[in-house]
Amino acid sequence: MLIGSDGRSKLVYAANLAARRAGIRIAMPATQAHALVPGLAAHIADPNEDHAALERLGLWAIQRYAPHVAVDPPDGLVMDATGAAHLFGGEDAMLDDLVGRLAASSIRAKAAMAATWGAAHAFARQYKHRTLSIAADATADTLAQLPIAALRLAPDIVHQLNRMGFTRIGELNATARAPLVLRYGHDVTRRLDQAYGRQTEPFIPLEPPELPRVTRGFVEPISAPETLHRYTEKLAADLAAFLETHVLGASQLDLLFMRVDARTESIRVGFGKPTRDPRRMTRLLTDRIETIDPGLGVERMMLIASRTDPLPWRDGSALGELPEKDISELVDTLANRVGEDRLYRLAAAESDIPERSVTRIPPLSGPTDLRWPLDWARPSRLLPHPELIETVALLPDHPPVQFTWRGTRRRIKRADGPERIFGEWIKSSAETFSVRDYFAVEDEAGERFWIFRAGDGEDPRTGDQRWYLHGMFG
Amino acid sequence: MRDEALLRQLRDDIARASAPRLGGEMLPFGIDVIDNALPGRGLSPITLHEVAGGASGALHGAAAILFTAGIAARTTGQVLWCLTRPDLFAPALAQAGLDPDRVIIVEAGDEKTALACCEEGLRHGGLGGVVGEIAKLSMTASRRLKLAAETSGTMALIIRRWKNPRDTFDFGQPTAAATRWRVTALPSSPLPVPGIGRPRWFVELIRAQSGSCAEFTVEACDEKGRLALPADMADRSTLSPLEQRRAS
Repeated sequence: MLIGSDGRSKLVYAANLAARRAGIRIAMPATQAHALVPGLAAHIADPNEDHAALERLGLWAIQRYAPHVAVDPPDGLVMDATGAAHLFGGEDAMLDDLVGRLAASSIRAKAAMAATWGAAHAFARQYKHRTLSIAADATADTLAQLPIAALRLAPDIVHQLNRMGFTRIGELNATARAPLVLRYGHDVTRRLDQAYGRQTEPFIPLEPPELPRVTRGFVEPISAPETLHRYTEKLAADLAAFLETHVLGASQLDLLFMRVDARTESIRVGFGKPTRDPRRMTRLLTDRIETIDPGLGVERMMLIASRTDPLPWRDGSALGELPEKDISELVDTLANRVGEDRLYRLAAAESDIPERSVTRIPPLSGPTDLRWPLDWARPSRLLPHPELIETVALLPDHPPVQFTWRGTRRRIKRADGPERIFGEWIKSSAETFSVRDYFAVEDEAGERFWIFRAGDGEDPRTGDQRWYLHGMFG
Repeated sequence: MRDEALLRQLRDDIARASAPRLGGEMLPFGIDVIDNALPGRGLSPITLHEVAGGASGALHGAAAILFTAGIAARTTGQVLWCLTRPDLFAPALAQAGLDPDRVIIVEAGDEKTALACCEEGLRHGGLGGVVGEIAKLSMTASRRLKLAAETSGTMALIIRRWKNPRDTFDFGQPTAAATRWRVTALPSSPLPVPGIGRPRWFVELIRAQSGSCAEFTVEACDEKGRLALPADMADRSTLSPLEQRRAS
């Protein structure tokens, strides 16, 4: 149990599960709690330390989830997930990841995604779901169902409103506003408007003090893409100089655009290898600059290296030795253009099955050791799926004398084979007996193909004994 | 006599002006008949070259790939390979001398992206070569690639590969490539026993900037990426298969 003070008396500030089972309630006088449970473990609450801990959690969230995180005291964090959720494959996936990771550090948290801060605050606290994502068009309806206590109002105002007969937010929203303002001040209508998104809410993001950052303010708000581009370049140069003196390289950059209407747009880019090359940073950032909506203008830009790694200085070689050509910049550019999974190197894998003998590895991986055996010729084109061909074959151990593929009949003049490849029983029990007999065949015109028979030609367990074309030789 | 000297000087001037910019060393094939047909006795490693498959190879380009891989194998540095259909089988590249560790594949969704990726790779300048599998290469697109290649000094190799037999006529359209090749599979070298010998190709040099056209019959790339002359033809002048048939 934690004890806090409201200025007049000592009250229960927080209680764990065991204490709550014993009948202790939050905001109960401390003396009453002691009387109720003899031998109760009581500690003095430290709101400042709580706030500091919350900020530390917020900084962690900045590095991991979104560039914009603010604390929502006493017990919450607010994140602006705009432009960040896609990195996790959607909003739900991001919330799951967040709650899961917190649970792993034994923090029981609930997360909700909604169109406004007020709504998200209410959903996270009022619903039992651990994660919840409410679409923007459903926000108003869902919000109307919630009790007034979810509105972030002072407890006595909530109490008075309840006495007046208001229980749900929807009811409050439907009444005339003037009497509410007259009676309770602007608080009630302000909170209502904030929850429904009719009024913006100041969002003061946490700024991690230890992260390298540079910022530029503008006398006149800027909005033209060329201008944003130019200042991105200047910021990158400033940041590069900072990183240079601290022997650091940036692995992740956040570029924030503070708009005149108090909203903030952001770009986040990552690098395969830490860098402090201003040209390269500018390039990746400006590639995405058209996604930024400058609104009425941007009055401040800030470039933060949200993840950095030590990057030692490199001495130039004076001995005419060619420097290793660095292609990681090109890899980053291309990966940002076509997607990371479509940029790869091919490496050998431990398998005899042709389609499994090649595996994809990241383009910047180190050298590989495994090589494909050179003793059998391999086709330069491999069809994604072997295609059924019609054949005239004489003997089980011989290649067919002719085959028809895609409507063209070809007579086979020469052939090599069979190269027998067995199924991999390790991978699948269906392959225990399966066999493929591969032949390289050449037709009269000199075209060379790779064909196989599914099965050994005798035993039906080894395959359906039909012929397939799998690739073309050069 | 003075006229003749002047004439020779003028000829030299013209040859110099029209010759491709020779920066760095040429990349020879190591076969005299081919190298002699190329200005500078080899392929320029800092410009655009174009390879297409002949016959049904225009659609799968199996031989054109290996011919290209053989050239790329003799460059140094990483090779960026841009393709739109991921049916490239890497073990064959390794057998043509191009080590898998040297090849970075970009799977572009469409031709436009593939061309853009090629250009990006060429502009970077840190690569040994860029290979693109492209169906439609307009004059403008090829000029862009050539310019990018010549600015950074990277070799650009475009494999022309079409989806439809009708579109292969496209290869008749001119492009800015310094050399244009067509590679067609021929019956393999005869063996004393049944089986397939070393594959042979009919290689046509359709265009060579400040050179002339030529055609050769060669044996396919070995594991070092080198072509060879067929043993039964090594001491003969190069004839097309048609002429061979006529001769025999």
